[in-house]
Amino acid sequence: MIVKLTAGLAALCLLTGAAFAQGGAKPTDPQIAHIAYTAGQLDIEAAKQALAKTKNKDVKAFADDMVRDHTAVNKQALALVKKLKVTPEDNDTSKALTKAAADKRAELAKLNGAAFDKAYVVNEVAYHKTVNGALETLLIPSANNPELKSLLQTGLKIFQGHQQHAEHVAAELK
Amino acid sequence: MTPRWICVAALIVSGLLSVSAHAETIQVTIDKLVFAPTEITAKVGDTIEWVNKDILAHTATATNKDWDVMIGPKQTSKLVLRKAGAVDYFCKFHPNMKGRVTVAP
Repeated sequence: MIVKLTAGLAALCLLTGAAFAQGGAKPTDPQIAHIAYTAGQLDIEAAKQALAKTKNKDVKAFADDMVRDHTAVNKQALALVKKLKVTPEDNDTSKALTKAAADKRAELAKLNGAAFDKAYVVNEVAYHKTVNGALETLLIPSANNPELKSLLQTGLKIFQGHQQHAEHVAAELK
Repeated sequence: MTPRWICVAALIVSGLLSVSAHAETIQVTIDKLVFAPTEITAKVGDTIEWVNKDILAHTATATNKDWDVMIGPKQTSKLVLRKAGAVDYFCKFHPNMKGRVTVAP
């Protein structure tokens, strides 16, 4: 079981890692906006799956937080792109993230009870780690518009908090 | 409202005013998931005012369960301190956000 989970996690890291490594060229602001928004929506979908399946109150509270915070950040992101008259542009990174998340959801759908809780939270730690790494090293440095950069920086602070929260819940589940 | 109730209301209001005349308001700002200042000192009767600059909802929740204050996005919430002692608090939604209030009698 643990071997299987770890293998699944490694596969996700490779996939999402690859997602951010693709292209080589710096993403443009419309692409960055699309990637950031997509990453948030995917985490909301993951949380909704958890809310439908879990009976653990810590996992439920964490998933509630993910829905609340990512909804708030994405609402802000939509308001900003509207203000800046930027149309978010789909791209290979967004597509790879969406595909990896769909695969993970299908995998988690087969699990129940404590096994689901564990796998969901472990994946949340890995997912936030990957997205935060991409924000720090690629998306924030590549963003041209100062308002977009600032929102991404705020997002990073929020998502670092989520990562710590997920790590805390993961430790409690052991 | 009957005259009697007006009297009672007036007494309550004047009571509140006399307390607040000596009490202070201490402001704690929440910006990018940080309580600043993290540690404050106050006296019984003082008010803590949390100013939330984030786009997220936060709480100031005492670990000893004495109080639990909700602070909406871009909102300000207040709490009047009724008990002396040191209280650690955190945000229920973001448990890594922590603060501490030391209340003198």
